Amino acid sequence: MGELRIQNLTKVFNDDTGQIVAVDDFSLNTEDGEFVVFVGPSGCGKSTTLRCIAGLETVTEGRIFLDNEDITTQPPTGRDIAMVFQNYALYPHMTAGENMAFGLKMSTNMPRAEIEQQVNETATMMGIEELLDKRPGELSGGQQQRVALGRAIVREPEVFLMDEPLSNLDAKLRTQMRTELQNLQHELDITTIYVTHDQTEAMTMGDRIVILDGGELQQVGTPLKCYHEPANQFVAGFIGSPSMNFFSMSYENSVLQHDAFRYELSQSVRQNLGTLTGDVVLGIRPEAIERADNGGERTVVAPVSVVEPMGDVTHVYFDVDDETYTMSQEGDLVTEVGSQMELRFPEEKIHLFDATTGDAIKTGSVSTRVETTQPTDGSDTGRP
Amino acid sequence: MAQPPETRREQITDALPSFGIADPDSNIAWYMLIFPKIALMAAVLILPFLGSVYISLHEWAPLATSHPFVGLENYARLLSDSVFHSALINTATYSLALILIDVPIALGLAILLDMNLRGTRIYSASIFLPVVTSWVVVSLIWTWLYNPDYGMINAFLNVFGIAGLDWLNSRDTSLAAIIIMSIWKHVGFNMVIFLAGLKGIPDSYYEAATVDGAGRWERFRYVTLPLLKPTSFFVIVVTLIFSFRLFTQVFVMTGGGPVNSSISIVYYFWQQGFQEFNMGYASAIAVVLFVIVFAFSIIQQRSWGGDVDY
Repeated sequence: MGELRIQNLTKVFNDDTGQIVAVDDFSLNTEDGEFVVFVGPSGCGKSTTLRCIAGLETVTEGRIFLDNEDITTQPPTGRDIAMVFQNYALYPHMTAGENMAFGLKMSTNMPRAEIEQQVNETATMMGIEELLDKRPGELSGGQQQRVALGRAIVREPEVFLMDEPLSNLDAKLRTQMRTELQNLQHELDITTIYVTHDQTEAMTMGDRIVILDGGELQQVGTPLKCYHEPANQFVAGFIGSPSMNFFSMSYENSVLQHDAFRYELSQSVRQNLGTLTGDVVLGIRPEAIERADNGGERTVVAPVSVVEPMGDVTHVYFDVDDETYTMSQEGDLVTEVGSQMELRFPEEKIHLFDATTGDAIKTGSVSTRVETTQPTDGSDTGRP
Repeated sequence: MAQPPETRREQITDALPSFGIADPDSNIAWYMLIFPKIALMAAVLILPFLGSVYISLHEWAPLATSHPFVGLENYARLLSDSVFHSALINTATYSLALILIDVPIALGLAILLDMNLRGTRIYSASIFLPVVTSWVVVSLIWTWLYNPDYGMINAFLNVFGIAGLDWLNSRDTSLAAIIIMSIWKHVGFNMVIFLAGLKGIPDSYYEAATVDGAGRWERFRYVTLPLLKPTSFFVIVVTLIFSFRLFTQVFVMTGGGPVNSSISIVYYFWQQGFQEFNMGYASAIAVVLFVIVFAFSIIQQRSWGGDVDY
């Protein structure tokens, strides 16, 4: 079991200039075996929350429960939790094997032979058995990463905490380790809290992602839910690369008015907005913008300022009213810099946010498709 | 594919400035760069040492017109010189006391100060202040403190009903008195080095150990001590070399007495060279002192130094 429950967690740091609220009234329930990713910009409180769970920071207010046991005031040694650090924190004077054995030596009364056996088994599973006699200084970044993971895994904890464990790796190795970590977590089925500032990691790894900003929880949900139905403008802008485009609009008489274009809403959307009037923000993802060639409503004409061909996709930057926005189009479509584009914002893909609070008023509608696979061995599918 | 060494060398040479004094193909620029350091080392260390070795093989009075060669006679004399033996034992005792008492106290103080407790700056400044105070001044002050009649140390002991000691005038206590004073003065120096070493250990190791289940003692035993090994090596070598230079305290406080009970190698060397004007014999003492310190450094480097390069 590894059900982690965080209730109204608040962490306040005191310094010479006053109080800094690092985490503000944060609550979260995780299920056993779940992979939860905390994501947010630097200073958003994600690492502090993780350190509070580990017991490395005292909690100012709130409670933390692990399998219904209150661990808020327990020292780190008393919590059945293992942590992987950003810089791995492998003890440089110990071999990889000694690093992995250290936790078992400190936290259990296991005989030496049993510790050694457990370390060897974990090392074999991780494919690092040949590294056990080497010191961290003799290992590459990727190997150190594996040993650090092995050190956490060998203790068989209830919860893994991972603080940006891939950020010190190069891009290629990071992608590889990302997949390995996912497989490993799936295989071990241990509750994992993973902290990252990389929204790609968050989107690809987490069963659920927790988005934080300024110490406050912004949204909890599956990656696709957060992508397609962001709770507010911050989440909409943070999740997705390139970021969502935002246009400052005013909403009056059923029409969204921008300095450069007007956008008329359909009857059904107007009904949903009710009596709303005033300033709103229209958001649309780069890939949701379509090319139009016959003018009409919900279109805007804009000059192309920069073109970034990525191969599979091309990012086209265009200017509207001195602001630069992005659209993504198919990679084989060639667009000239300086040319005029006529763009359409499909109504079902646009998001509307309250200009003052940033809260979502309307999100894009998405229909997800589930791919079903046929057995390839010619066995009976059960169909007549 | 790896480039041939010649090509790589040319690339490196081309990338480096020639300093406008030589053809880039010649090595003169390199020698010019290290020449000032070599010249300084030669002027203040190597030449005087070679001079000492030369003088130690002669009977050498400063104003004498001839300096007869005596071979190893000065060294042979040292073997049977009871005063030199006393100086050797006293200096070794002093060194051992500093390493066994000063170094652990310095480490303890550094650990306390590293905890960032209230008033840390005042404590660290107070402990370090004696380090920057003159040895002569400190020796004079402690001579007064040790005074058997009106010294504060005996007055303090009397408060607890302990009879005062004749600190500097007794064969039993004179060296101990110098050791206590020297530790008080020197401990701040080692403390600062240990503190720098402690600050250099990343917090993440302690945090990892804490999450791994290590308590305060285990963290000290398995993280702090091993990671402080390079610092400890440096502190012990420097303390050892420093301790063998014991002179000023002896000169100001006891004059080596009573009955050579606090005489040190350097003090005896000074006595022989500048009071007795036996420069040949004094040089032999100096050479022996050099050999001892050099040998200790080599032994420590061999036994400990090879394992500190992580």
